[in-house]
Amino acid sequence: MLSSTRLVRAVLPRVHRVPLARCLNTNAPENDTPKTTSFGFRTVPESEKETLVKNVFDSVASSSLGVHRLWKDNLISTLHVAGGTGDIALRILDHAREKYADRETTVEVVDINAQMLKEGFRRFKKTMYHNTPQISFHEANAQELPPSQFLDNTYDLYTIAFGIRNCTSIPDVLKEAHRVLKPGGTFACLEFSKVNNPLLSLAYDQYSFTMIPLMGTILAGDRESYQYLVESIRKFPPQPQFAKMIREAGFTTGEDEDGGAWTDLWGGIACIHKAVKV
Amino acid sequence: MGTKTTPAYEGHIPVNWFENGVLAVGSAFMSLADPRRGDMVAALGETTAGPALPRLRDIMLADPEGRQILKDRPRINSKTVDLDKLATLPEGTFGRAYVTWLERCGVTPDTREPVHYIDDPELAYVMQRYRECHDFYHCIVNLPVSVDAELAVKYFEFANLGLPLAALSAIFGPLRLNSAQRHRLFSEYVPWALRCGGTARSMITVYWERRWEQNVVEMRKELGLVDAPAMKWRKPLTEAKRAAEKQWLGEAVQNGSK
Repeated sequence: MLSSTRLVRAVLPRVHRVPLARCLNTNAPENDTPKTTSFGFRTVPESEKETLVKNVFDSVASSSLGVHRLWKDNLISTLHVAGGTGDIALRILDHAREKYADRETTVEVVDINAQMLKEGFRRFKKTMYHNTPQISFHEANAQELPPSQFLDNTYDLYTIAFGIRNCTSIPDVLKEAHRVLKPGGTFACLEFSKVNNPLLSLAYDQYSFTMIPLMGTILAGDRESYQYLVESIRKFPPQPQFAKMIREAGFTTGEDEDGGAWTDLWGGIACIHKAVKV
Repeated sequence: MGTKTTPAYEGHIPVNWFENGVLAVGSAFMSLADPRRGDMVAALGETTAGPALPRLRDIMLADPEGRQILKDRPRINSKTVDLDKLATLPEGTFGRAYVTWLERCGVTPDTREPVHYIDDPELAYVMQRYRECHDFYHCIVNLPVSVDAELAVKYFEFANLGLPLAALSAIFGPLRLNSAQRHRLFSEYVPWALRCGGTARSMITVYWERRWEQNVVEMRKELGLVDAPAMKWRKPLTEAKRAAEKQWLGEAVQNGSK
């Protein structure tokens, strides 16, 4: 199987930046300039501060979306969407190389935010994938991937991590994902989700609404971005509903239960939804 | 435990006791770690104000000038204060002294963080007023904006206004000084600050904007103030220059560069 390019979304580790980029996306999907103006002030992507949130996501990212199973048949072309900074892209390429001696796997990173892409590009310059066909960066809107650039039925794997909740129209993103995937291709989405355990949910809510904006205020001097982050998590559809949306886009998923169409991480704080295009 | 009350004024962020505590501790650490985080120093002041603000408000209410301030709620920033006009006032007036002080220190009246964490709008205004008048206190006792001068003013503010933030700054601030500066602070400036601040009239009742033309020496006598011991004035800060540049750049961008 030859490699086609897949886009990998590496949104995870930069969560305190990406959500802002994402929310900037949702505010003006047509606008291609770096969306710092939506918030009128801080350039989120430039934020350098480590936050608790970032650390949380780092550990989720290290599970690599569980896509390692896909390498059974080698190679993959991956479309990683909303993955400006390239973290997951890098993990995928490293995994292919280290585990399967695969240097044909490609990852195309797509992001609506040019600044994030620049950052990802800079990051990849420090790796061996720079200037190879294995990695490329594209500025595009996940809801409307230009069909001339992103052809139908091209990719083996479509991934998006902590980016889809920031998109204005999730069904459009899913539709595009379905379009560009090959038959047999896999859709994998890592996102914050609903915590079903009532005790954990109570603790998680308290922590989210109290501590996260406070930490944002204290460490980054930016309460609003983190307030947005917490609220956008609550607005995102719970697991069964999102699985239904994925099926409505034409995908086939597992059963509507944990371990089927989705896998909960930490009781549902984050969740990996997987589906296949048949 | 979450607070869902609606904001009482623009910029108001309601917090419950737990959040207040976390913010107090967090901002304390952050202020010490990075004193340039003005927002953290402000947050520390607000989360630790406690009964000091109602007390200050009552002091204002008991004084005719203070009452007028509470009624008018004047604000101090480069839009409300005509700095150019003040610069034309004769030497020896408070307004002229203020503009001179701003230039000498390289600061503007615009750098004060708005109040967020005080629930009562009137008390929030008292806090805002205190913050915006801080520079006047520097000016009227003739102190610059270096770290040791700031601490001297903090001791003065504590003696005069009784705000916990002033006490906190006074206690922990000296940690950032070297031993020679600390020695000078405690042997010369602190005694002056406590004595002067304690006997002077409450600074929060002074309607500074109505006193631009008043003679400075007379003003000091009226308020019961004496100049601080002489202090070395360093080079002006770049704050004012940077603010001017930023404004110029902002205008240039708006006019079409991208």
